[in-house]
Amino acid sequence: MKPARFEYVAAKTVAEAIDARSSFDDTVILAGGQSLIPMLNYRVAQPDAVIDINRVPGLDTISVDNGAVRVGALVRHRQLELSAEAFAAHPLLREALDNVAHIPIRNRGTICGSIAHADAAAEMPAVLVCLDGFVTAQGSGGERNVPASDLFLFHMTTTLDSDEIITSATFPALPKGSGYAFEELTRRHGDYAVAGICAVITPGPDGNCASASLSACGIAEKPVRLSAVEAALVGTNLSDDAVSAAAALVDDMVTNEDDGAGGRYRRQVARTLITRAVAKACQRAAQGRA
Amino acid sequence: MATRTFGEPVQRNIDDRLLTGQGHYIDDIDLPSVAHAAFLRSPFARAKITSIDVSAARAHPGVLGVFTCDNIGHIDQDLPLLIPHPCLVGPRTQRPLARGDVYYVGQTVAMVVAVDRYTAEDAVRLIEVDYDPLPVSVELEDAAADGANLVHEDVAGNVAAHFVQNSGDAAAAFARADHVTKITVRVERSTAAPMEGRAVCARWDRITEQLMVWDSTQAPISVRGGLASLFDIDEDRVRVVAPDVGGGFGQKVLFFYPEEVLVPMAAIQLDRPVKWIEDRTENFIGSTQERTQVHTIELAATKDGEVLGLRDFFLHDTGSFIPYGIAIAQVASTSIAGPYRIPNIEVEFKAIYTPTVPVTPYRGCGRPQACFAIERAMDKLAEELGLDRFEVRRRNFIAPDQFPWKREGLLFADGLAVCYDSGEYDTALSKAAEAIGLDRLDEMKADARARGKYLGLGLGFYVEGTGLGPYEGGHVRIHPITGKIYVNTGLSTQGQGHDTVFAQIAADQLGVDPSDVIVVEGDTGAFDWGVATFASRAAVVSGNAIHKAASKAREMVIEAAANMLEAAPGDIELAEGKARISGSDRAVTLAEVATATNPLRYAFNKAAQSATQFAPASKHDGPPLADGKAPGIEVTDYYSPPYSTWAYGCHAALVEVDPALCTVDIRQYVCVHDCGNMINPMIVEGQVIGGMAQGLGGALYEKVQYDQDGNPRNAGFMDFLMPYATEMPKVDIVHMETPSPLNPLGIKGVGEAGTIAVPATIISGIEDALKPLGAGHFHEAPVFPHMIFEKLGGADQAKAS
Ligand SMILES: Cc1cc2nc3c(=O)[nH]c(=O)nc-3n(C[C@H](O)[C@H](O)[C@H](O)COP(=O)(O)OP(=O)(O)OC[C@H]3O[C@@H](n4cnc5c(N)ncnc54)[C@H](O)[C@@H]3O)c2cc1C
Repeated sequence: MKPARFEYVAAKTVAEAIDARSSFDDTVILAGGQSLIPMLNYRVAQPDAVIDINRVPGLDTISVDNGAVRVGALVRHRQLELSAEAFAAHPLLREALDNVAHIPIRNRGTICGSIAHADAAAEMPAVLVCLDGFVTAQGSGGERNVPASDLFLFHMTTTLDSDEIITSATFPALPKGSGYAFEELTRRHGDYAVAGICAVITPGPDGNCASASLSACGIAEKPVRLSAVEAALVGTNLSDDAVSAAAALVDDMVTNEDDGAGGRYRRQVARTLITRAVAKACQRAAQGRA
Repeated sequence: MATRTFGEPVQRNIDDRLLTGQGHYIDDIDLPSVAHAAFLRSPFARAKITSIDVSAARAHPGVLGVFTCDNIGHIDQDLPLLIPHPCLVGPRTQRPLARGDVYYVGQTVAMVVAVDRYTAEDAVRLIEVDYDPLPVSVELEDAAADGANLVHEDVAGNVAAHFVQNSGDAAAAFARADHVTKITVRVERSTAAPMEGRAVCARWDRITEQLMVWDSTQAPISVRGGLASLFDIDEDRVRVVAPDVGGGFGQKVLFFYPEEVLVPMAAIQLDRPVKWIEDRTENFIGSTQERTQVHTIELAATKDGEVLGLRDFFLHDTGSFIPYGIAIAQVASTSIAGPYRIPNIEVEFKAIYTPTVPVTPYRGCGRPQACFAIERAMDKLAEELGLDRFEVRRRNFIAPDQFPWKREGLLFADGLAVCYDSGEYDTALSKAAEAIGLDRLDEMKADARARGKYLGLGLGFYVEGTGLGPYEGGHVRIHPITGKIYVNTGLSTQGQGHDTVFAQIAADQLGVDPSDVIVVEGDTGAFDWGVATFASRAAVVSGNAIHKAASKAREMVIEAAANMLEAAPGDIELAEGKARISGSDRAVTLAEVATATNPLRYAFNKAAQSATQFAPASKHDGPPLADGKAPGIEVTDYYSPPYSTWAYGCHAALVEVDPALCTVDIRQYVCVHDCGNMINPMIVEGQVIGGMAQGLGGALYEKVQYDQDGNPRNAGFMDFLMPYATEMPKVDIVHMETPSPLNPLGIKGVGEAGTIAVPATIISGIEDALKPLGAGHFHEAPVFPHMIFEKLGGADQAKAS
């Protein structure tokens, strides 16, 4: 379990890193290394070069702007989780991060790394999808923002170009009057999700659902937006029956099957998590108003 | 006054060193110019090798040697069948490197030795092997079925062993029974997954012609004996050391693994030290595993629930080879009647080859399967007779005054008839009921229902034959310079805390603090008589040997001190590192005693100088060292148990199931256990809790999976779900101490105690919880969420289609 031979580049600036990305055929970025190092050791990844961005200054900042939170490429999971400012502005992030692996892994692993890695069962990509967030990427062609809806292709694959680096990820603010929840099922604490649901619900003045935003991880080949469920929720009174009926619409989106969580079981899990997440979000929205 | 430390929660001597990273594991042994080995392993479960081309690997820069079965000399032979038994109809063991055939994914085919591990792994990938894959039958029942694909062409029906044992007359008991309960249970395969994998480092010294081997093994003396005979060198020329070992749990007691002979061979051939550190993938495909058994158990009972007879037939999956003989199946079949009298027993098993990683004992060794079978059957019997689960057990327990309880006709793994030495089973059950709050069970069930959950009571009772012979030794010596006590024994530690309990045993005899006892084990250079660490035997067998040796050393110290102080031996007491005349301050230190009993010409230190102010330690005429006496205070003694001691215990749990997510939450877990007198209750608790964690794996998380071609599907910690610390419930431990009458210390083993009853306990709790939903019986271990889902009526589309 030793990696194959590779070149190691310790970039000092983003430009250097991009340069290095274009001068080798096959490169990877070393951020927290929590996913990359095992892949190298298993020789699942055998890149020509590993480009270490840990010495690039300025990538480790969290900025909060009007409720939106932007995290640089070197912001560790744990750093965002513990940031009082980010929590005050956007409490959903901490709730989701609490489900990412274990503290020692969160101490090293980065949010942008998790998004770039794009594991279909990972939490933060699903959060980005739920919030209509985006990443900022830089490559030899310059800088661009890629919305979450255009970013994820399949399990462990994004639409980014091979010379691009994610420099930050932006999680837009929660809508006024909304409630949020992140609910997931794992086989063991800290594992990737069998299914995870991110929900943001905004009840209107009449108590009916004015808007709903839901996404899921673990159920398909990539993090998915649950548009059918959202549409079915909007306008209802969010009663148990209404939510259950809407949650049942997740069934068609559950395509992931593996040992121990075949299709029907995973569908039941996804529905259950949706009802629980929506209930929690509604409760929080109500508390917020009170 | 001398304080007895036996029974005290003395802090572990070793923890300062281990917890601050000062431990020395094999990978910490950093020899100059050491080379590194890596292995090419079979990618097929069963195949013929048609050609191997190593030329590219050999030419790779940095490669020092490439080995296949063709250039390893006379070690190209079947590795030993360690425990032969007449019922082994087709015993097969593997060769260090495959010759002609491969029998499981992971089997060693070639070895590369190179300047570093990276280079060695690169070169392994350059070896070209052509295989002709053969059809396989992977699942145990398939491999046992008529017409199955054979693992070994010449072993019909894949039957490695077939054994029937009888105690009493089961047929007669079934004929007169009012009721027969019959169930089939299945327990899946798991693996020990020690934190440190296996590891070997070897150095051949051309000048002294000595082979030095550091091996992360549980059996250094046995490894030494085997290596000496394999390489045909004197035993005294081979030294095997098991330094700090990061867990073993049975996996490291097999000798030989291929790597254990190939690494020393390479060190000799290349005349250069060679090291191999097993990586995690290798541990999953190249280190032995255990557990798959399918039992069909029948209980013949009266209508009052008294069990008159038991029949058990089971298939045991032994993997592709059977180097450890029938040990696991034999232990399972002889533990099957648990704590119950059941006077008539018929047990039969077949050990079946499957094209998978070989099977040898893993903590529990057949007992978790036996416990699962009998305990689930007792629950079913209670249900069928309309009796309470506790009551049906009570009516069958062996009573305290019925010991020793012998099961004539059932031979245990030590070759002797099963004979339970002592116990208070009924009391253990009552304590478990009390600790779990049985009287509040209905209330707690209602509370769970109010939260949308279902709560059930889990119950499991186990017995465990521990402290197997044949023997171990203890060597005790008092150092003349420091006065410290040196203790050696032949078996080795994997972190259990031997060094502390052995120190306590010696300290109590010699009146010193346990921290002044230095225990060295696992080094054939220090002590080389004995067997190994397995079967919860270290404390019982080595512990009593050390006790016997230390008691003799105590007598020697008292006699010498009495002479030195010109007092009567009966007036001497040992405490605080001194021998003192009771009620006075006249004393000699142990260092002085050790010095004075060693007639020496030179005084190296103060102890030696001060020793001269006393009268001679020995009152004899003639030469300084009396005829027939040895210098100093040094004793070696041995303990050989008459038969095994039987520990036991009762587990109970409150298990809550979420019917929507099909998850299991263990709200409370109680472990009542009795391992005889406890040397150190803190270490006992550590053993129980650690064992429980492995039991929890077997109850809810762990299953080594193979696909239908015999490829491992979850050979890593991502997919093989070993429970984390976060999965462990809090465990309430209730100690009972019924002394064993069999040994001087009155102790029984505890190493495996925590593991055995956990699957039976948790899974019976799930069954109880889901009774209101009509989920039926849970007779498989482990239980995964999707299995609960299916029991609750949600057949899976994937499976249905
Ligand atoms: C035991 C364990 C459990 C885990 N459990 C979970 C879990 O429950 N949920 C979860 O979400 N994650 C989990 N993880 C993964 C963890 O969150 C990783 O930290 C994360 O997936 C990757 O982040 P990283 O910074 O470590 O990236 P790295 O490992 O350094 O890189 C991962 C990949 O992303 C690419 N990459 C990284 N940064 C960038 C960038 N700025 N621009 C472009 N590409 C980039 C790299 O090229 C590489 O291919 C677990 C990891 C472990 C070891």
